[in-house]
Amino acid sequence: MNTGPQAQYFDFLARGQHRIQRCTDCASAVFYPRVACPKCGGVLDWIEPEGAAVVYSTTTIRRTPEAGGDYNLALVDLAEGVRMMTRIVEIAPEAVKIGMPVRVAGVGADGQTVLYKPVGVA
Amino acid sequence: MMRGLRGKVAIVGAGQAGLGKAEGFTEMEILAQAAHAAVADAGLKMHDIDGLTTASVLAPMWAMPVVEYLGLNPTFVDSTMLGGSSFVAHMLPAIHALDSGQCNAVLVCYGSTQRTSSISRKVITGVRRDFDPQPYEYPYEPLNPLATYAMAAARHMHDYGTTRENLADVVLAARAWAQLNPEALRREPLTMAEVLASPMVSDPLGALDCCMVNDGAAAYVMVRADRAKDLAQKPIYILGNGTRVYGRQGSSLPSLTETAAAESGRAAYAMAGVSASDIDVVEVYDAFSINTILFLEDLGFCPKGEGGRFVAGGNIGPGGGLPVNTNGGGLSCIHPGMYGAFITVEAVRQLRGTCGARQIAGAELALVHGNGGTLSSQSTAILGTAATL
Repeated sequence: MNTGPQAQYFDFLARGQHRIQRCTDCASAVFYPRVACPKCGGVLDWIEPEGAAVVYSTTTIRRTPEAGGDYNLALVDLAEGVRMMTRIVEIAPEAVKIGMPVRVAGVGADGQTVLYKPVGVA
Repeated sequence: MMRGLRGKVAIVGAGQAGLGKAEGFTEMEILAQAAHAAVADAGLKMHDIDGLTTASVLAPMWAMPVVEYLGLNPTFVDSTMLGGSSFVAHMLPAIHALDSGQCNAVLVCYGSTQRTSSISRKVITGVRRDFDPQPYEYPYEPLNPLATYAMAAARHMHDYGTTRENLADVVLAARAWAQLNPEALRREPLTMAEVLASPMVSDPLGALDCCMVNDGAAAYVMVRADRAKDLAQKPIYILGNGTRVYGRQGSSLPSLTETAAAESGRAAYAMAGVSASDIDVVEVYDAFSINTILFLEDLGFCPKGEGGRFVAGGNIGPGGGLPVNTNGGGLSCIHPGMYGAFITVEAVRQLRGTCGARQIAGAELALVHGNGGTLSSQSTAILGTAATL
């Protein structure tokens, strides 16, 4: 079935694969997925990001233990040059710092999220 | 060309209603109360209104029921929805419509009963997920708008050395102004220690770094300057207005510390022919304490990165170097969902000279700055008395 880039993105995630786009004309990396390059209007192709990113900003959202407890929310800058929302896992939420190098940890159990973890965590 | 519209239109009426808790009233009812108050304040009748701008947090076709409820037949309607900045951003389209003769009197109006509403935040979030999708943010449960502003604050602290005490200075200044405003909802004394001890909600923002959730409605009326002189109130002229939109989601903005306010401000200053150093009183949308710091920088009141130090020591409170958010702001006066019309009303009152204990002596030039979404849309207006024309 012919689908749009949003369905394709989540289909990749369902197979455990994180993909972003790159413009075949101006070579810009693009996230989130679109039907045409937001910089030049060019045609977009899927690429697999290398996996490295740096924390642009981070917060610990406070929640009662009954509601699931505190959790991290972050914006990370991927090596390819795009920013995305994520959660940094395998570390206490408040221990996440701006500028911290992180690596992709995989697709979340919900199949909707891509999680990152600090570099050096196995 | 924009310069030619400087001072062509004046705000001649302002009104508010349902401030705090409007138990038993609908959004439309308090909106209509504020609208009638603003029209009466101008010395006009509702049938004189032939232009309407409005927007709703909940209803996407909101202008139509407002036309119906108020009994209007407008020749100009604008319901551009940019979040909380909308009611500042509505000025320039209205100025064009008034200047061209498309209409003669524009009513800007807004109301929300989010405090007493029976619709829970959980239900609204669920509906938004479907009707207003952000599939690259929602799955991370970002608790927006709060968490994006928290990440802006964290990044500002990281880049510029801003401290939680600096954020608290914004909260304390707002509270000090609120204590001079009988309409303000949070007026009890507050100390630095209490602000710093308030529970974290999304680090580095504590509960007292966040605006209130209230009911309330606000409205104002614009007419051409030539007609303004014959109406009931001292006219407050719109000297400049500029709006910029950088997107919707925090994750897609180019920066969380340099906002579109720099561009909206430049446009408004250029149209008005003034600069930050000319401004007597500043009303900026303080949904969170970090907002005031970001906007004072982006609007040129201090260099980028210096906002934290600029607000320290009571500099933006009563008796300080620059009066900011003289009603007490969204932090301590009122915040019913989208706040842009309320800061406009406060600026009009300051320039009329009717603010009582919080009045800025000799205020002739005011800056109003609205913010929408998660730092997504920014709209700046410069208002002035006849002396500034």
